[in-house]
Amino acid sequence: MPLTKEQLANRVAKEVKSGTYVNLGIGMPSLVANYISPEIDVTFQTENGILGLGGYPTENEVDADLTNASKQTVTTLPGAAIVDSVEAFSMIRGGHIDLTILGGMEVDQYGNIANWKIPGKLVKGMGGAMDLVAGAKRVIVMMQHTSPDGKSKILKNCTLPLTGKSVVSEVFTDFARFVFENGEMILTELAKDITLDELKAKTEASFKISPTLQILE
Amino acid sequence: MVKIYESSTEVIKDVVSGSTIMIGGFGICGIAENLLRALYNSGSDKLNLITLTAHIDGYGVGKLIDAKRVKSMIASYIGENKEVERQYFNGEIEIDLIPQGTFAERMRAQGVGIPAFYSPVGVGTEVAEGKEVRVINGKEYILEEALGADFAFVKAWKADTKGNLVYRKTAKNFNPVMATAGKITIAEVEEIVPAGELDPNEIDTPGIYVQRLVKGEFFEKKIERLTLKK
Repeated sequence: MPLTKEQLANRVAKEVKSGTYVNLGIGMPSLVANYISPEIDVTFQTENGILGLGGYPTENEVDADLTNASKQTVTTLPGAAIVDSVEAFSMIRGGHIDLTILGGMEVDQYGNIANWKIPGKLVKGMGGAMDLVAGAKRVIVMMQHTSPDGKSKILKNCTLPLTGKSVVSEVFTDFARFVFENGEMILTELAKDITLDELKAKTEASFKISPTLQILE
Repeated sequence: MVKIYESSTEVIKDVVSGSTIMIGGFGICGIAENLLRALYNSGSDKLNLITLTAHIDGYGVGKLIDAKRVKSMIASYIGENKEVERQYFNGEIEIDLIPQGTFAERMRAQGVGIPAFYSPVGVGTEVAEGKEVRVINGKEYILEEALGADFAFVKAWKADTKGNLVYRKTAKNFNPVMATAGKITIAEVEEIVPAGELDPNEIDTPGIYVQRLVKGEFFEKKIERLTLKK
Protein backbone atom coordinates (compact mmCIF):
# COMPACT_ATOMS: atom_id res chain seq x y z
CA MET A 1 0.00 0.00 0.00
CA PRO A 2 1.26 3.51 -0.72
CA LEU A 3 1.86 5.57 2.40
CA THR A 4 -0.54 8.28 3.56
CA LYS A 5 0.87 11.79 3.98
CA GLU A 6 1.03 11.20 7.72
CA GLN A 7 2.86 7.86 7.36
CA LEU A 8 5.30 9.49 4.98
CA ALA A 9 5.90 12.40 7.38
CA ASN A 10 6.48 9.87 10.17
CA ARG A 11 9.07 8.05 8.02
CA VAL A 12 10.88 11.22 6.96
CA ALA A 13 10.95 12.41 10.59
CA LYS A 14 13.36 9.55 11.34
CA GLU A 15 15.94 11.34 9.14
CA VAL A 16 16.03 14.28 11.54
CA LYS A 17 18.97 13.77 13.90
CA SER A 18 19.88 15.29 17.27
CA GLY A 19 22.18 18.28 17.23
CA THR A 20 21.23 19.42 13.74
CA TYR A 21 19.81 22.61 12.23
CA VAL A 22 16.89 21.93 9.93
CA ASN A 23 14.72 24.02 7.59
CA LEU A 24 11.32 22.57 6.69
CA GLY A 25 9.60 23.73 3.52
CA ILE A 26 5.94 24.68 3.34
CA GLY A 27 3.20 22.12 2.65
CA MET A 28 3.85 18.42 3.28
CA PRO A 29 7.33 18.91 4.81
CA SER A 30 5.86 20.99 7.63
CA LEU A 31 4.01 17.85 8.82
CA VAL A 32 7.37 16.23 9.62
CA ALA A 33 7.76 18.32 12.77
CA ASN A 34 4.74 16.53 14.31
CA TYR A 35 6.50 13.15 14.20
CA ILE A 36 9.94 13.91 15.58
CA SER A 37 10.60 12.02 18.79
CA PRO A 38 10.90 14.25 21.89
CA GLU A 39 14.39 12.83 22.56
CA ILE A 40 15.67 14.41 19.35
CA ASP A 41 17.25 17.80 20.05
CA VAL A 42 16.81 19.60 16.72
CA THR A 43 16.80 23.33 16.00
CA PHE A 44 14.43 24.52 13.28
CA GLN A 45 15.36 27.50 11.15
CA THR A 46 12.90 29.55 9.12
CA GLU A 47 14.17 31.69 6.27
CA ASN A 48 12.28 34.75 7.51
CA GLY A 49 14.70 34.85 10.42
CA ILE A 50 14.05 32.41 13.28
CA LEU A 51 16.63 29.97 14.58
CA GLY A 52 14.80 28.02 17.27
CA LEU A 53 11.24 27.94 15.96
CA GLY A 54 8.54 26.86 18.43
CA GLY A 55 4.96 25.69 17.92
CA TYR A 56 1.86 27.69 17.11
CA PRO A 57 0.76 30.22 19.75
CA THR A 58 -2.22 30.20 22.07
CA GLU A 59 -4.68 33.04 21.53
CA ASN A 60 -2.91 35.10 24.20
CA GLU A 61 0.53 34.52 22.69
CA VAL A 62 -0.40 35.63 19.14
CA ASP A 63 1.98 38.33 17.90
CA ALA A 64 1.64 39.89 14.43
CA ASP A 65 5.42 40.51 14.53
CA LEU A 66 6.27 36.82 14.92
CA THR A 67 5.54 34.57 11.96
CA ASN A 68 7.19 31.70 10.08
CA ALA A 69 8.09 31.53 6.39
CA SER A 70 4.53 30.36 5.59
CA LYS A 71 3.36 33.64 7.23
CA GLN A 72 1.67 31.70 10.04
CA THR A 73 1.75 32.97 13.60
CA VAL A 74 4.34 31.05 15.64
CA THR A 75 6.36 31.12 18.86
CA THR A 76 10.08 30.79 19.57
CA LEU A 77 11.73 28.30 21.90
CA PRO A 78 14.05 29.20 24.80
CA GLY A 79 17.47 29.90 23.28
CA ALA A 80 16.08 31.12 19.97
CA ALA A 81 17.71 33.82 17.87
CA ILE A 82 15.95 36.19 15.48
CA VAL A 83 17.92 37.59 12.58
CA ASP A 84 17.30 39.63 9.46
CA SER A 85 16.91 38.13 5.98
CA VAL A 86 20.55 38.61 4.96
CA GLU A 87 21.68 36.62 7.99
CA ALA A 88 18.96 33.97 7.56
CA PHE A 89 20.26 33.32 4.04
CA SER A 90 23.88 33.49 5.13
CA MET A 91 23.04 30.45 7.25
CA ILE A 92 21.41 28.77 4.25
CA ARG A 93 23.75 29.67 1.39
CA GLY A 94 26.80 29.42 3.63
CA GLY A 95 26.29 25.71 4.25
CA HIS A 96 25.32 25.98 7.91
CA ILE A 97 21.96 24.22 7.59
CA ASP A 98 22.34 20.45 7.99
CA LEU A 99 19.11 19.40 6.36
CA THR A 100 16.27 20.86 4.37
CA ILE A 101 13.08 18.99 3.56
CA LEU A 102 11.15 20.35 0.58
CA GLY A 103 8.11 19.48 -1.48
CA GLY A 104 8.51 18.79 -5.18
CA MET A 105 6.45 18.94 -8.37
CA GLU A 106 9.02 16.82 -10.25
CA VAL A 107 12.31 15.09 -9.45
CA ASP A 108 14.42 13.35 -12.07
CA GLN A 109 17.03 10.59 -12.08
CA TYR A 110 19.88 13.13 -12.08
CA GLY A 111 18.77 14.63 -8.77
CA ASN A 112 17.22 17.70 -10.41
CA ILE A 113 14.16 19.20 -8.76
CA ALA A 114 11.36 21.46 -10.05
CA ASN A 115 8.89 22.98 -7.62
CA TRP A 116 8.23 26.65 -8.36
CA LYS A 117 6.56 27.28 -11.68
CA ILE A 118 4.28 25.73 -14.30
CA PRO A 119 4.75 27.91 -17.41
CA GLY A 120 1.50 29.53 -18.52
CA LYS A 121 -0.45 28.05 -15.62
CA LEU A 122 1.04 28.80 -12.25
CA VAL A 123 3.69 31.23 -11.18
CA LYS A 124 4.18 31.41 -7.47
CA GLY A 125 7.91 31.98 -7.33
CA MET A 126 10.83 30.07 -5.90
CA GLY A 127 10.95 31.90 -2.57
CA GLY A 128 13.83 30.41 -0.61
CA ALA A 129 13.79 27.01 -2.31
CA MET A 130 16.64 27.69 -4.77
CA ASP A 131 18.84 29.00 -1.97
CA LEU A 132 18.00 26.01 0.23
CA VAL A 133 18.80 23.38 -2.39
CA ALA A 134 22.04 25.17 -3.29
CA GLY A 135 23.23 25.61 0.28
CA ALA A 136 21.88 22.96 2.66
CA LYS A 137 24.20 20.03 3.38
CA ARG A 138 21.45 17.50 2.74
CA VAL A 139 18.34 17.99 0.61
CA ILE A 140 15.38 15.66 1.12
CA VAL A 141 12.38 15.97 -1.18
CA MET A 142 9.05 14.49 -0.12
CA MET A 143 6.26 14.30 -2.65
CA GLN A 144 3.53 12.22 -4.26
CA HIS A 145 4.96 9.64 -6.65
CA THR A 146 2.36 10.35 -9.34
CA SER A 147 0.02 13.18 -10.33
CA PRO A 148 -3.71 12.79 -9.58
CA ASP A 149 -4.16 11.34 -13.10
CA GLY A 150 -1.49 8.71 -12.45
CA LYS A 151 1.47 10.21 -14.34
CA SER A 152 4.93 9.67 -12.89
CA LYS A 153 6.49 12.67 -11.15
CA ILE A 154 9.81 10.81 -10.83
CA LEU A 155 11.14 11.43 -14.32
CA LYS A 156 14.07 10.82 -16.65
CA ASN A 157 14.31 14.57 -17.08
CA CYS A 158 12.29 17.26 -15.33
CA THR A 159 9.93 19.03 -17.75
CA LEU A 160 9.20 22.05 -15.54
CA PRO A 161 11.67 24.90 -14.88
CA LEU A 162 14.28 23.65 -12.41
CA THR A 163 14.72 24.80 -8.84
CA GLY A 164 18.14 23.16 -8.65
CA LYS A 165 20.43 21.02 -10.76
CA SER A 166 21.81 17.78 -9.25
CA VAL A 167 21.01 18.96 -5.75
CA VAL A 168 18.67 16.32 -4.33
CA SER A 169 20.21 13.91 -1.78
CA GLU A 170 17.17 11.68 -1.58
CA VAL A 171 13.49 11.65 -2.45
CA PHE A 172 10.69 10.06 -0.43
CA THR A 173 7.36 9.38 -2.12
CA ASP A 174 4.23 7.54 -1.02
CA PHE A 175 5.70 4.49 -2.82
CA ALA A 176 9.45 4.54 -2.33
CA ARG A 177 12.67 6.11 -1.16
CA PHE A 178 15.44 6.80 -3.68
CA VAL A 179 18.94 7.96 -2.81
CA PHE A 180 21.20 9.84 -5.24
CA GLU A 181 24.81 8.67 -5.18
CA ASN A 182 27.59 9.33 -7.69
CA GLY A 183 25.12 10.43 -10.34
CA GLU A 184 22.88 7.39 -9.89
CA MET A 185 19.39 7.06 -8.48
CA ILE A 186 19.09 4.05 -6.19
CA LEU A 187 15.91 2.54 -4.78
CA THR A 188 16.54 1.82 -1.10
CA GLU A 189 13.03 1.41 0.30
CA LEU A 190 9.74 0.26 -1.19
CA ALA A 191 6.26 0.48 0.35
CA LYS A 192 4.81 -2.75 1.70
CA ASP A 193 2.89 -4.98 -0.74
CA ILE A 194 4.09 -2.99 -3.76
CA THR A 195 6.03 -5.08 -6.27
CA LEU A 196 9.06 -3.82 -8.15
CA ASP A 197 7.12 -4.15 -11.40
CA GLU A 198 4.32 -1.98 -10.00
CA LEU A 199 6.86 0.62 -8.94
CA LYS A 200 8.59 0.56 -12.33
CA ALA A 201 5.23 1.06 -14.04
CA LYS A 202 4.70 4.20 -11.96
CA THR A 203 8.24 5.52 -12.39
CA GLU A 204 9.52 7.07 -15.61
CA ALA A 205 13.07 7.44 -14.26
CA SER A 206 15.66 4.67 -14.56
CA PHE A 207 17.02 3.54 -11.22
CA LYS A 208 19.22 0.92 -9.63
CA ILE A 209 18.04 -1.29 -6.81
CA SER A 210 19.96 -1.38 -3.57
CA PRO A 211 21.14 -4.88 -2.57
CA THR A 212 19.78 -4.10 0.90
CA LEU A 213 16.31 -2.99 -0.22
CA GLN A 214 14.00 -2.38 2.74
CA ILE A 215 10.35 -1.69 3.41
CA LEU A 216 9.31 1.99 3.40
CA GLU A 217 7.43 2.40 6.66
CA MET B 1 21.27 63.38 8.69
CA VAL B 2 17.78 62.17 9.43
CA LYS B 3 14.79 64.49 9.12
CA ILE B 4 11.68 63.78 11.15
CA TYR B 5 8.39 64.36 9.34
CA GLU B 6 4.98 65.05 10.81
CA SER B 7 2.93 62.75 8.60
CA SER B 8 3.18 59.79 6.25
CA THR B 9 1.62 61.91 3.49
CA GLU B 10 4.35 64.52 3.81
CA VAL B 11 7.24 62.07 4.07
CA ILE B 12 6.43 60.39 0.73
CA LYS B 13 5.48 63.58 -1.17
CA ASP B 14 8.27 63.23 -3.75
CA VAL B 15 7.63 59.52 -4.42
CA VAL B 16 6.30 60.36 -7.85
CA SER B 17 4.94 58.16 -10.63
CA GLY B 18 7.62 55.89 -12.08
CA SER B 19 9.66 55.71 -8.86
CA THR B 20 11.48 52.55 -7.87
CA ILE B 21 10.70 51.61 -4.28
CA MET B 22 11.96 48.86 -1.99
CA ILE B 23 9.34 47.69 0.46
CA GLY B 24 10.42 45.81 3.57
CA GLY B 25 8.39 42.96 5.02
CA PHE B 26 7.96 39.21 4.81
CA GLY B 27 4.48 38.79 3.42
CA ILE B 28 2.69 41.48 5.40
CA CYS B 29 4.75 40.99 8.57
CA GLY B 30 6.86 44.12 9.07
CA ILE B 31 5.53 46.25 6.21
CA ALA B 32 5.42 50.05 6.38
CA GLU B 33 1.65 50.08 6.26
CA ASN B 34 1.27 53.83 6.83
CA LEU B 35 3.71 54.69 4.03
CA LEU B 36 1.92 52.28 1.70
CA ARG B 37 -1.45 53.81 2.60
CA ALA B 38 -0.05 57.29 1.92
CA LEU B 39 1.45 56.07 -1.37
CA TYR B 40 -1.94 54.69 -2.38
CA ASN B 41 -3.63 57.99 -1.51
CA SER B 42 -0.96 59.99 -3.40
CA GLY B 43 -2.15 58.59 -6.72
CA SER B 44 1.40 57.90 -7.98
CA ASP B 45 1.43 55.17 -10.57
CA LYS B 46 3.73 53.25 -12.96
CA LEU B 47 5.54 52.19 -9.82
CA ASN B 48 8.47 49.80 -9.86
CA LEU B 49 8.42 47.81 -6.66
CA ILE B 50 11.08 45.67 -5.07
CA THR B 51 9.21 43.57 -2.56
CA LEU B 52 9.53 39.96 -1.41
CA THR B 53 5.85 39.22 -2.06
CA ALA B 54 2.81 40.92 -3.60
CA HIS B 55 1.22 40.93 -0.13
CA ILE B 56 -2.45 39.96 -0.22
CA ASP B 57 -5.41 41.06 -2.31
CA GLY B 58 -6.62 44.48 -1.14
CA TYR B 59 -3.89 45.13 1.44
CA GLY B 60 -0.39 46.62 1.37
CA VAL B 61 1.12 46.41 -2.10
CA GLY B 62 -1.94 44.35 -3.06
CA LYS B 63 -4.05 47.51 -3.02
CA LEU B 64 -1.71 49.26 -5.50
CA ILE B 65 -1.73 46.18 -7.72
CA ASP B 66 -5.54 46.02 -7.64
CA ALA B 67 -5.59 49.66 -8.82
CA LYS B 68 -3.14 48.76 -11.65
CA ARG B 69 -0.60 51.27 -10.47
CA VAL B 70 2.34 48.88 -10.40
CA LYS B 71 4.35 48.69 -13.62
CA SER B 72 6.93 46.17 -12.51
CA MET B 73 7.93 44.07 -9.56
CA ILE B 74 11.09 42.35 -8.49
CA ALA B 75 9.91 39.71 -6.04
CA SER B 76 10.52 36.14 -4.95
CA TYR B 77 7.11 34.71 -4.10
CA ILE B 78 3.70 35.89 -5.29
CA GLY B 79 1.64 32.82 -4.40
CA GLU B 80 -0.77 34.63 -2.06
CA ASN B 81 -2.06 37.25 -4.49
CA LYS B 82 -4.44 36.04 -7.22
CA GLU B 83 -4.75 39.44 -8.92
CA VAL B 84 -1.01 39.79 -9.51
CA GLU B 85 -0.95 36.37 -11.16
CA ARG B 86 -3.87 37.39 -13.38
CA GLN B 87 -2.13 40.65 -14.41
CA TYR B 88 1.09 38.77 -15.06
CA PHE B 89 -0.52 36.24 -17.40
CA ASN B 90 -2.34 39.11 -19.18
CA GLY B 91 0.92 41.00 -19.66
CA GLU B 92 -0.29 43.92 -17.53
CA ILE B 93 2.62 43.78 -15.08
CA GLU B 94 6.29 42.86 -15.43
CA ILE B 95 7.53 40.47 -12.78
CA ASP B 96 11.09 39.35 -12.21
CA LEU B 97 11.13 36.47 -9.73
CA ILE B 98 14.45 35.85 -8.04
CA PRO B 99 15.62 33.51 -5.29
CA GLN B 100 14.97 34.96 -1.87
CA GLY B 101 18.54 34.81 -0.61
CA THR B 102 19.79 36.35 -3.85
CA PHE B 103 17.18 39.09 -3.41
CA ALA B 104 18.61 39.83 0.05
CA GLU B 105 22.25 39.58 -1.00
CA ARG B 106 21.86 41.82 -4.07
CA MET B 107 20.55 44.56 -1.80
CA ARG B 108 23.28 43.89 0.73
CA ALA B 109 25.83 44.27 -2.08
CA GLN B 110 24.30 47.64 -3.02
CA GLY B 111 24.47 48.84 0.57
CA VAL B 112 28.10 47.84 1.04
CA GLY B 113 29.39 49.09 -2.32
CA ILE B 114 29.96 45.73 -4.03
CA PRO B 115 28.70 45.95 -7.64
CA ALA B 116 28.24 42.20 -8.16
CA PHE B 117 29.05 38.83 -6.64
CA TYR B 118 29.21 35.16 -7.62
CA SER B 119 26.48 32.94 -6.20
CA PRO B 120 25.82 29.19 -6.33
CA VAL B 121 22.05 29.78 -6.21
CA GLY B 122 20.15 29.07 -9.42
CA VAL B 123 23.03 27.52 -11.37
CA GLY B 124 21.54 25.40 -14.18
CA THR B 125 18.09 27.03 -13.86
CA GLU B 126 16.19 29.86 -15.59
CA VAL B 127 17.72 32.21 -13.05
CA ALA B 128 21.16 31.69 -14.64
CA GLU B 129 20.00 32.64 -18.16
CA GLY B 130 22.04 35.51 -19.57
CA LYS B 131 24.36 35.64 -16.58
CA GLU B 132 28.10 35.15 -16.51
CA VAL B 133 29.04 31.70 -15.21
CA ARG B 134 32.35 31.20 -13.49
CA VAL B 135 33.96 28.05 -12.11
CA ILE B 136 35.70 28.60 -8.78
CA ASN B 137 37.42 25.63 -7.13
CA GLY B 138 35.60 23.29 -9.48
CA LYS B 139 32.10 24.57 -8.72
CA GLU B 140 29.86 26.73 -10.94
CA TYR B 141 28.65 30.14 -9.84
CA ILE B 142 26.63 32.88 -11.53
CA LEU B 143 27.26 36.60 -11.40
CA GLU B 144 24.53 38.55 -9.61
CA GLU B 145 24.44 42.34 -9.64
CA ALA B 146 23.73 44.72 -6.78
CA LEU B 147 20.16 46.00 -6.47
CA GLY B 148 19.28 49.55 -5.41
CA ALA B 149 16.22 51.81 -5.48
CA ASP B 150 15.18 55.47 -5.41
CA PHE B 151 13.40 54.92 -2.12
CA ALA B 152 13.30 52.27 0.60
CA PHE B 153 10.17 52.03 2.75
CA VAL B 154 11.19 50.36 5.98
CA LYS B 155 9.24 49.58 9.10
CA ALA B 156 10.92 49.54 12.49
CA TRP B 157 9.60 49.26 16.02
CA LYS B 158 11.40 52.18 17.62
CA ALA B 159 13.65 54.97 16.47
CA ASP B 160 15.51 57.70 18.27
CA THR B 161 15.81 61.26 17.03
CA LYS B 162 19.16 60.39 15.41
CA GLY B 163 17.39 57.90 13.13
CA ASN B 164 18.76 54.80 14.84
CA LEU B 165 16.31 51.94 14.42
CA VAL B 166 15.33 48.87 16.42
CA TYR B 167 13.11 46.18 14.92
CA ARG B 168 10.82 43.75 16.66
CA LYS B 169 10.96 39.95 16.19
CA THR B 170 10.49 38.68 12.61
CA ALA B 171 9.12 42.05 11.51
CA LYS B 172 12.83 42.75 11.00
CA ASN B 173 13.28 40.57 7.86
CA PHE B 174 14.30 42.68 4.80
CA ASN B 175 13.96 46.05 6.52
CA PRO B 176 17.60 46.46 7.68
CA VAL B 177 19.12 45.52 4.32
CA MET B 178 16.71 47.73 2.37
CA ALA B 179 17.60 50.62 4.67
CA THR B 180 21.18 50.33 3.40
CA ALA B 181 20.22 49.98 -0.29
CA GLY B 182 17.75 52.82 -0.85
CA LYS B 183 18.99 56.23 -2.06
CA ILE B 184 16.41 57.76 0.24
CA THR B 185 15.41 55.50 3.10
CA ILE B 186 12.13 56.38 4.78
CA ALA B 187 11.55 54.67 8.11
CA GLU B 188 8.10 54.32 9.61
CA VAL B 189 8.16 53.50 13.31
CA GLU B 190 5.77 52.89 16.17
CA GLU B 191 7.62 55.17 18.57
CA ILE B 192 10.28 57.91 18.38
CA VAL B 193 12.32 58.39 21.55
CA PRO B 194 14.91 61.07 22.38
CA ALA B 195 18.53 60.32 21.39
CA GLY B 196 20.21 58.50 24.26
CA GLU B 197 17.23 56.39 25.23
CA LEU B 198 18.13 53.45 23.00
CA ASP B 199 21.10 51.33 24.09
CA PRO B 200 23.85 51.86 21.46
CA ASN B 201 24.57 48.11 21.67
CA GLU B 202 21.05 47.24 20.66
CA ILE B 203 20.73 49.38 17.49
CA ASP B 204 19.86 47.28 14.41
CA THR B 205 20.08 50.03 11.78
CA PRO B 206 22.33 52.98 12.60
CA GLY B 207 20.93 56.40 11.68
CA ILE B 208 23.49 56.93 8.91
CA TYR B 209 21.29 54.78 6.65
CA VAL B 210 18.05 56.61 7.42
CA GLN B 211 17.22 59.88 5.65
CA ARG B 212 13.62 60.34 6.78
CA LEU B 213 11.65 59.25 9.80
CA VAL B 214 7.96 59.31 10.60
CA LYS B 215 5.84 57.95 13.41
CA GLY B 216 3.11 55.84 11.80
CA GLU B 217 -0.40 57.20 12.38
CA PHE B 218 -2.22 53.88 12.66
CA PHE B 219 -1.02 50.29 12.91
CA GLU B 220 -3.49 47.70 11.80
CA LYS B 221 -0.81 44.95 11.79
CA LYS B 222 -2.91 42.46 9.89
CA ILE B 223 -1.98 38.80 10.24
CA GLU B 224 -1.68 36.83 7.01
CA ARG B 225 -2.32 33.37 8.48
CA LEU B 226 -3.52 33.31 12.05
CA THR B 227 -2.63 29.80 13.25
CA LEU B 228 -3.28 28.69 16.81
CA LYS B 229 -2.03 25.85 18.96
CA LYS B 230 -4.41 22.89 18.77
